[in-house]
Amino acid sequence: MTMSEQIIIKDIIVKESDDYIINMGPQHPSTHGVLRLEVCLQGETVKYVIPHIGYIHRAIEKMCEFDTYAQIIHLTDRMDYLSAHMNNEAVCLIVENALQVEVPERVKYIRTILDELNRLASHQLWWAAFGMDLGALTTFFYGLRDREKILDIFDESFGSRLLHSFNTPGGLMHDVHPNFQKRTKEFVKYFRKKLPEYKQLLTDNVIFHQRSKGIGFMTKETAIAYGVTGPSGRGSGYSCDIRKYAPYSAYPLVKFEEKLQTEGDTFARYLVRMDEMVESLNIIEQLVDNIPQGDFTAKMRPVLKLPAGEYFQRVETARGELAIYLVSDGNKTPYRMKFRTPNFSNLFVLNEISAGYKIADLVAISGSLDLVIPDIDR
Amino acid sequence: MQREELTDFLKKHFPDATFPENTQLPEMIVPAGDIAAVATELKTSKDLAFDYLISLTAVDYKDKFTVVYHMESTLHRHLLVVKTDITDHEQPAVDTVSTLWPTAIFHEREVYDLFGIKFNGHGDLRRLFMDDDYGFPLRKDFSDETRVLTLSK
Repeated sequence: MTMSEQIIIKDIIVKESDDYIINMGPQHPSTHGVLRLEVCLQGETVKYVIPHIGYIHRAIEKMCEFDTYAQIIHLTDRMDYLSAHMNNEAVCLIVENALQVEVPERVKYIRTILDELNRLASHQLWWAAFGMDLGALTTFFYGLRDREKILDIFDESFGSRLLHSFNTPGGLMHDVHPNFQKRTKEFVKYFRKKLPEYKQLLTDNVIFHQRSKGIGFMTKETAIAYGVTGPSGRGSGYSCDIRKYAPYSAYPLVKFEEKLQTEGDTFARYLVRMDEMVESLNIIEQLVDNIPQGDFTAKMRPVLKLPAGEYFQRVETARGELAIYLVSDGNKTPYRMKFRTPNFSNLFVLNEISAGYKIADLVAISGSLDLVIPDIDR
Repeated sequence: MQREELTDFLKKHFPDATFPENTQLPEMIVPAGDIAAVATELKTSKDLAFDYLISLTAVDYKDKFTVVYHMESTLHRHLLVVKTDITDHEQPAVDTVSTLWPTAIFHEREVYDLFGIKFNGHGDLRRLFMDDDYGFPLRKDFSDETRVLTLSK
């Protein structure tokens, strides 16, 4: 299938009675969670893919309508659990903007460092699992070995490794551990040495090239039309980094590049994430030596009531754009809270980019979208 | 376009729309019947070029539903919130925009699933998360009889 054919948007799938259907999931290892893909095959070629979701729908948006803003933070961890810190931050930012609270500089710096550490940890796990999906088991051990170093930093500072809930509206739960700065610097130094290993093992691997190059083409137009953001969108040359276009926390203070690839195939999406890891290290290095002294939280009232009105906040998680739309009626609980999660939009492009390729490629293509299923179901 | 410039431009092109003030983002409220035409104009016009639909959702205000569209232009980098009110609370329906933005196919399915709002012209309007015979959970009058814990304000 050529690129030009891909632009035609197959918006509604036409099913035929003699279609050969197989189910991938809901417990398939390569779907990384409970996602069921209804795959129609012609021989080994994929005709269409219909994702079935909702297996872990926990009604987070409904629960938000009964919870206070401080409580909502803990629900957002459970959406994209690999970007827990960014999800927390989005809720904090929307509350702080609504109440017009200026958070201390120290908080902005620490939040940004943690964002990038979280992004690194997420990309490391993706790299580990993506290699394993394609049959390279070693990547899993390498990736998790290095991710462990970040989780140890998290563990020391806030006592949890995956679901942090370290942000609160106005600042942080408590100050970071005195070792935080030292250990973060040690990690940056350590991981810079390890990145060539990643390159050697997978990026320069001929077998990996054959598995990932030239499949799952997504044009820039397709990415925009389906709302595919994050590294998956940037692999198609779609410049969509919220850190650049609507900067928050300490991002206006740091210099970094938005990494783009124009190829649009599975390998391009892979390269974007590999480049982003280096950029994350650069951002951390610029900030970690200059964390200002001061309070770890602004003065906040014990009960937060947002003025009646509507609020909107976007952040860049490890997988793309998380946008929150909040309607407040002046009470301590929101009237309506909508999470526009990156994975929801990223998933539904799967049919568009995998039709016409082999079923073995489907694993590589869905792996390159880096889906986290609880984020889709919410 | 900057915010004021954008609002002036929209006021000129959409005389039927209303423009609330003092909002965080530029907003435009259009009559429910016009949404398909307005959306087409917003997407295809060269000066506006809203090609990226960030999110599509709804809010239940008990006497009406409001469908909310957040959109951005990747060319001009301006943002707009389009809203439309559905006054029929019993049989809510509005025209689809899924032919313009494919991402809306799934956002509209989600809104249909959670609010029961029908999108006319949508080719694949099925439930997304819930079972077919389940109620519409994000409506304010929704009650779940099997719920063990009652959530109350």
